Amino acid sequence: MKGRAGRPPLWSYWVVLPSFVLLWGLIAWLLQSPLLPTPLNVLDTLIRESATGELWHHLGATLGRVVVAFILAMIIGTAIGIVMGRSPTTNALFDPLLVLLLNLPALVTIILMYVWFGLVEVAAVMAVVINKVPNVAVTVREGARSLDYRLEEMATVYEFTRWQRLREVWVPQLFPYLMAATRGGLALIWKIVLVVELLGRSSGVGFQLHMAFQVFDVAAILAYSLAFIAVVQLIELAILQPLERRSSRWRQPEAAHA
Amino acid sequence: MLELRIAGRDFGLPVLGEVFATIARGDRICLLGPSGIGKTTLLNAIAGLDKSVPESAVIGRNQLRVGYLFQEHRLLPWRTLNANLSLVGASDEEAETLLGQVGLSGYGHYLPDQLSLGMARRAALARCLAVKPDLLLLDEPFASLDPVMAGELKALIAGILDSRPKMAMICVTHDGEDAEILANRLWYLDGKPARLQWDDAIGEPGLIDGLLGRLRDLDLTGS
Repeated sequence: MKGRAGRPPLWSYWVVLPSFVLLWGLIAWLLQSPLLPTPLNVLDTLIRESATGELWHHLGATLGRVVVAFILAMIIGTAIGIVMGRSPTTNALFDPLLVLLLNLPALVTIILMYVWFGLVEVAAVMAVVINKVPNVAVTVREGARSLDYRLEEMATVYEFTRWQRLREVWVPQLFPYLMAATRGGLALIWKIVLVVELLGRSSGVGFQLHMAFQVFDVAAILAYSLAFIAVVQLIELAILQPLERRSSRWRQPEAAHA
Repeated sequence: MLELRIAGRDFGLPVLGEVFATIARGDRICLLGPSGIGKTTLLNAIAGLDKSVPESAVIGRNQLRVGYLFQEHRLLPWRTLNANLSLVGASDEEAETLLGQVGLSGYGHYLPDQLSLGMARRAALARCLAVKPDLLLLDEPFASLDPVMAGELKALIAGILDSRPKMAMICVTHDGEDAEILANRLWYLDGKPARLQWDDAIGEPGLIDGLLGRLRDLDLTGS
């Protein structure tokens, strides 16, 4: 699978990251400025925020929005992508809109949603979904176009039901594309959710960053960023990588089947 | 059982002319003809895979169960042989029995790409039989197999045909000898656009020799 192949050996993480923290600590100690706290300050803030429960509350709120927006965007985007990849008419109809949406800045969607629907949860999640759906659709469309016509013919001869065709023939072939959409999608959604929270919600990591920004509390900003990075990595290691391994088990190393 | 009234297929390649024929239960047809003439196209039209041939051109197909052995195995590579067979309606025991019949007992838990070409083709043949077909379509079943494997498969198919006297078969091949072993009827597709040049029943042994002689002559002049 792409992405994993170019990964350096594990020890490089254990060398580079601690060195970076050390360098950061050194500079912060030399500057002695509240605008660049030391790593220990940040750790302190992290522990304090976690002890009061604030950290978990806001991380949970962000995670909830990410999960809901991600699931909606994947379902809608996959459906649109499959239909566009299979039907030239639908593609002709939707492609111009897709180009429009792909180039629309995320910030515009967020502002419009808040203006039209008010500062409510539905508007926040919808803004994220609208930003994400075009990316999923474009990726899945590529997959739908490359579906093996030989297996299609086979499914026609053997009278597969619609559901069997989707589950047994299409999804396994689309899987690498769905995975790519998932990876790209999560990375994008995380970032958009923070902006959504910063602009119009009273909970979540984005909201907390906003509060910290107003009082120039850099330690809090870095503490929340660290917690955020940890959660993203945890999802990568605990969900995405096992899923990828599980679903590519049928691939034989020597398999020439296209 | 099945009546072909194909008016032709004038776009795309190869071009198919009018094809009229009836197929009865127990017919074992070998479809011969020069390569590239449209034998697979005709098979696809009969199977309902050719969108340019209307459904009304193949009368009776909707009432038939069709098993199609494609040139490639076209098993789902992410499913085991058992799962591939049960997807087309075979129970676990039926899958076991069918795999046994094609010489693949104990291979039910293998994935298609773990098998050799010949084994995968036999597994695909088992799937054809799993639908309990009224009509079996074989597209060059012996292509790219070594002579020993091809011979084994030929004997296997002959046995399957003998044990299912009501099943009809259409087998695309270039090889007249395949017809001698498998067929009781011979189609020869040739011309531009391609039509059935002959549609002959093979009865007494002398006839097939005559047909094959004519076929060899045509092959020589054609190539």
